[in-house]
Amino acid sequence: MAQTEIKNYNLNFGPQHPAAHGVLRMVLEMDGEIIDRADPHIGLLHRGTEKLIEYKTYVQAVPYFDRLDYVAPQNQEHAFCLATEKLLGLEIPPRGQYLRVLFCEIGRVLNHLLNICSYAMDVGAMTPMLWGFEERERLMEFCERVSGARLHMAYFRPGGVAYDMPEGLAEEIKEWADHFVGVIDDLETLLTENRIFKQRTVDIGIINAEQCYDWGFSGPNLRASGIAWDLRKAQPYDAYADMDFDIPVGKHGDCYDRYLIRMIEMRESVKIIHQAIDKMPDGPCKSENNKVTPPARADMKQSMEALIHHFKLFTEGMHVPAGETYTAVEAPKGEFGVYLVSDGTNKPYRCKIRAPGFAHLQAMDFLSKGHMLADVVANIGSIDIVFGEIDR
Amino acid sequence: MDVALKELDEFIAARLGDKILEREVSRGELSITVHRDNIVGTLTLLRDDVHCQFKLLMDLCGVDYPENEERFCVVYNLLSLPLNLRIRVKVWTSEDVPVPSVTGIYSAANWWEREAWDMYGIYFTDHPDLRRILTDYGFEGHPLRKDFPLTGYVEVRYDDEQKRVVYEPVKLQQEFRSFDFLSPWEGMTPMLPGDEKAEVEADAEGEEA
Repeated sequence: MAQTEIKNYNLNFGPQHPAAHGVLRMVLEMDGEIIDRADPHIGLLHRGTEKLIEYKTYVQAVPYFDRLDYVAPQNQEHAFCLATEKLLGLEIPPRGQYLRVLFCEIGRVLNHLLNICSYAMDVGAMTPMLWGFEERERLMEFCERVSGARLHMAYFRPGGVAYDMPEGLAEEIKEWADHFVGVIDDLETLLTENRIFKQRTVDIGIINAEQCYDWGFSGPNLRASGIAWDLRKAQPYDAYADMDFDIPVGKHGDCYDRYLIRMIEMRESVKIIHQAIDKMPDGPCKSENNKVTPPARADMKQSMEALIHHFKLFTEGMHVPAGETYTAVEAPKGEFGVYLVSDGTNKPYRCKIRAPGFAHLQAMDFLSKGHMLADVVANIGSIDIVFGEIDR
Repeated sequence: MDVALKELDEFIAARLGDKILEREVSRGELSITVHRDNIVGTLTLLRDDVHCQFKLLMDLCGVDYPENEERFCVVYNLLSLPLNLRIRVKVWTSEDVPVPSVTGIYSAANWWEREAWDMYGIYFTDHPDLRRILTDYGFEGHPLRKDFPLTGYVEVRYDDEQKRVVYEPVKLQQEFRSFDFLSPWEGMTPMLPGDEKAEVEADAEGEEA
């Protein structure tokens, strides 16, 4: 009998695979059903954001950040605004800080809902998607009421936030938050002890603490491996220092733990949302320095100076003192950093965007090696990637 | 300045000595510049020394300063969880001088070095797999260089006759416009000719009073 030679098989996963979470093309080298090597090809959504920002003023650069991780846009804006404010040496008023914290946590819930529900769908559960999106819709309505846009809010601006909340919104958010705890419970009954879900996720894609460091992991993926690290606690920015919340930590660093961490983080976010609204002080929501923030529309009818400030801000923009900073926030996906270099003019000289998904996707080869093809899908879902931020 | 950051600054200054070309603390951020040949040693020390423990490479990127003789700056942003501190390490290089790869120290550097190669054309030696990462297959040029135009050189469209996507030189309906809003007054030196007289007078008045 002639000996048959078994050759490794190359499989193209994506870019149009529904479980690729966007436009991921992955070349999988397979030995039968086992993954030998996974080579993600990224860049299909590359729009040159960093180059474009170099040609825009600081205020004009903000909306580009919405379009990075379009699942939780406000958290990206936050990083850029903090970086700009650091270079400007600008303090923003307490109410602005609390509003930012409030909407950051709404962004976190938006992100985790999408991730958990689409992840459940990747591994075979349909219902969470339907339930989760109902809540996402409610949250995006809150975003719309405060900024006018459901998704790409451009709500956080250097110097504070664009507008104050309309009357009655705070109460509605609180009402929603109370109701949402029940939705988390419902989602948990569908997934947490679900046998099929656990078979697909437990002990899949294990990564330990040392390996997490090596691959530059951050956020829920790092915490799932047992490291209690959260920038909101370790290096608090804005009003996070006043908030009381816990950091969930995982034990095994597998897909199931990453799911659990996100689930608990949503509960913590609800806690923060309540606190942010309860403790929210009165006062202006943005800096009164009109070289950085636009004056009120009413002032512009009366004051020539306000009119000039408005005109100068939206044509020339603000001049940011020369210098550089690396400022990071705890975005829902992990550490989102902005390395901003200013040369003293009205446009950033260089704005490097450190996307958490970039580092996480990079570890795909490491996570998938030796697993089955179906586990690749579980891994992609569990590390929570969105291509807007990876390809930039 | 933060006490912990100051201690770290002094420790690194003592340990690395004259390997550090430049050391700066501004806005609570420590940044050091080393020669590119020392980068592997520096990062290994920062990662492994018990006083540093910068185990996470958070970011690696290039910056382009075309007017400099060595035009590219490679910036490494490190994070230490036990110290809760960050540090920025920089090296300088030019178009045809490679930088040693740090993938042996941090696996995470792999894609970021590929990105720096793709975007700036900074070459890294000993990199296991230095391919383009973000741009299209077969792309030419390095788009984040300051001398690369914002509109690029080529554009793509689907050609119905050939039934495939074709590349064409970029055609602009309107010339690319970059408005110069910089006010000439703010670009001037803080002392205008004649200003010194005003100060002298003010001083004299102050003394009289």
